[in-house]
Amino acid sequence: MIYRRLLGFPTWRFRSPFEELERIKRQMDLLFEDVKTPFQRSHAGVFPLINLTEDIHNYYVRAELPGVTADTLDIRITSNNLSVSGERKMEAVVEGAKYHRREREAGKFSRVIGLPGEINPDKVEARLENGILTVTVSKAEAAKPRQITVRS
Amino acid sequence: MTDTQSKDLKVREKQELTGTAEQTTPGLVFTPAVDIFETEKEITLLADMPGVKSEDLIVDLRDSVLTLSADIAPIDHSNEEEILVEYETGRFYRQFTLGEIINQDGINAKLNNGVLRLTLPKVEKPAPKKIAVKEN
Repeated sequence: MIYRRLLGFPTWRFRSPFEELERIKRQMDLLFEDVKTPFQRSHAGVFPLINLTEDIHNYYVRAELPGVTADTLDIRITSNNLSVSGERKMEAVVEGAKYHRREREAGKFSRVIGLPGEINPDKVEARLENGILTVTVSKAEAAKPRQITVRS
Repeated sequence: MTDTQSKDLKVREKQELTGTAEQTTPGLVFTPAVDIFETEKEITLLADMPGVKSEDLIVDLRDSVLTLSADIAPIDHSNEEEILVEYETGRFYRQFTLGEIINQDGINAKLNNGVLRLTLPKVEKPAPKKIAVKEN
């Protein structure tokens, strides 16, 4: 916009009308790009997808890991990074079986999640239930909000 | 098989159900990813349904249409604040038309770690009987 003000508006006098159309198209594309983003769920593109929530005491990290067993999961915590890695294994193919559909995938995964605040690494709990992993990470005492009483 | 086991898993967005009929209950509906394979005796279906408990799963087979439908128990988030949301949760629904005749009594469904394993035994076809032609 500044560019336009500096050079005066009817710059297209010197260009062909097609160039002007091209410019409009570019700006329209930019506009639609802005519109599209809120509807598309943005994620880091690393398996597994996670949901992170918090309450006063804990952070909760949840991930959908159907078919992953607890013994193949490796969960580690450093100062405020939680790393989740493991492997999803598929059962061996039955001899002589004909496949109609194969949509499920097997493979290794590893992801590090940065937690937004100080945590207490001694109080971390992980549960795997019905294919959903829930890691409860306790916040550090210093990071918990403390209520301050107002004296009158 | 060892080849596929060592590769890294990629993110795949959950597939939202796109159907003509609108759901009567609000909420998202997803189609689970499935593996279906067939042996001489039975058809086996594996479906990824994370968060589904066995009591919430409905497997229905009528007129050779198999319907999988599952509600998920909502997690109590009432006192939690969302920081990052990368996936949504919702019901699972998917239908298949089966080409084979299935022995309804022999159907076996098992849920393990969020994966449904459904075994559909085929009805045994009577062995072709050879008819001997007698000569007079």
